[in-house]
Amino acid sequence: MTLAMAPYMLAFLIFVVGLYAIVAKRNLIKVIVGLLILDYAANLLLVLVGYRTPAEGAPVAPILVGGAEKAADLAASAVDPLPQALVLTSIVIGLSVTALVVALAIRLHEKYGTFDTGLMRNLKG
Amino acid sequence: MDPVLLLLLVLLGFMLAGSLIAVETRDLLSSVICVGAVGFGTSLVFLLLGAPDLALTQVVVEILVLVVLVRVVITRRDETHATSRATLPVGLVLLALGVMAAIVFGTLATGEDEGLTMRPFGDPLLNEQAEASVMAPAGEKAPEGAPARMPKSAGGAFLAHGLSESQGSRGTGAANYVMGILLDYRAYDTLGEATVVFVAVLGVYAVLRKVGRSRHAGNESDR
Repeated sequence: MTLAMAPYMLAFLIFVVGLYAIVAKRNLIKVIVGLLILDYAANLLLVLVGYRTPAEGAPVAPILVGGAEKAADLAASAVDPLPQALVLTSIVIGLSVTALVVALAIRLHEKYGTFDTGLMRNLKG
Repeated sequence: MDPVLLLLLVLLGFMLAGSLIAVETRDLLSSVICVGAVGFGTSLVFLLLGAPDLALTQVVVEILVLVVLVRVVITRRDETHATSRATLPVGLVLLALGVMAAIVFGTLATGEDEGLTMRPFGDPLLNEQAEASVMAPAGEKAPEGAPARMPKSAGGAFLAHGLSESQGSRGTGAANYVMGILLDYRAYDTLGEATVVFVAVLGVYAVLRKVGRSRHAGNESDR
């Protein structure tokens, strides 16, 4: 374990906080909040894995500026574009999942008048 | 110490604090606003790590989520804390923490075996190159005119060939490599994403519709 692993460690911790909220909380809104945190942490970890420390200056985004003759320089210095493309998809899908879960929570509140899963009597298993 | 790493650790610490408060606070509105802070922190981290497309998307998504959640929380009563709170047994919590620590340390420990451990932060597989003959498909030779050394990772290959026309039809010509991957190499993936969003919208409509909900219009408790 070195300092170079500290960002991964923190992303894992945020992930675990979200997981805890999903497993242990009774309030549906808290469960949704946990799901959101989990989502952010997973996306973050993927982007962290693709990061490349620049030789000098700020990190280089994988966007070509200044014509095709700069392409070789960019390939040698830019961060990984592949995790970014996949995470972009993941963020949008996370939004859809959240919208669906929020709709279900609204519907349950309509029916039972509470967000507390312990008070939704018909859900007891 | 690298200033980027320092700023990154500060932002990640902010996100961790925000998520802890969001999970543990009693007021639901505070909880939702804290999760918004975590989302905007994510956006800043993306910007810091050289991912401007992700940062923009994250801001838009975060605003949408925040508006919807605040709207849900602010108009509805909640009595969760009126009842006694279920507590987890201490032994179970300790067991879970132990398993988590084992997984995290097992994943992050920098060991001798390259294939099983994560590479250190800031040194991705992108930095590795291999001989072209090693990277060619089994039983074939490297193509004529190919460079002697080729990138070892898929991301490196996208960066190396994303723009060029010399490698056959591999190049997209897009200046933004992320968009080149998303809309050209992996276009079916993006089509599937659009399908998922469409199905989610249909699901929200089906769950929340008012018309045609109940056959027993008079019986309110049966809804």
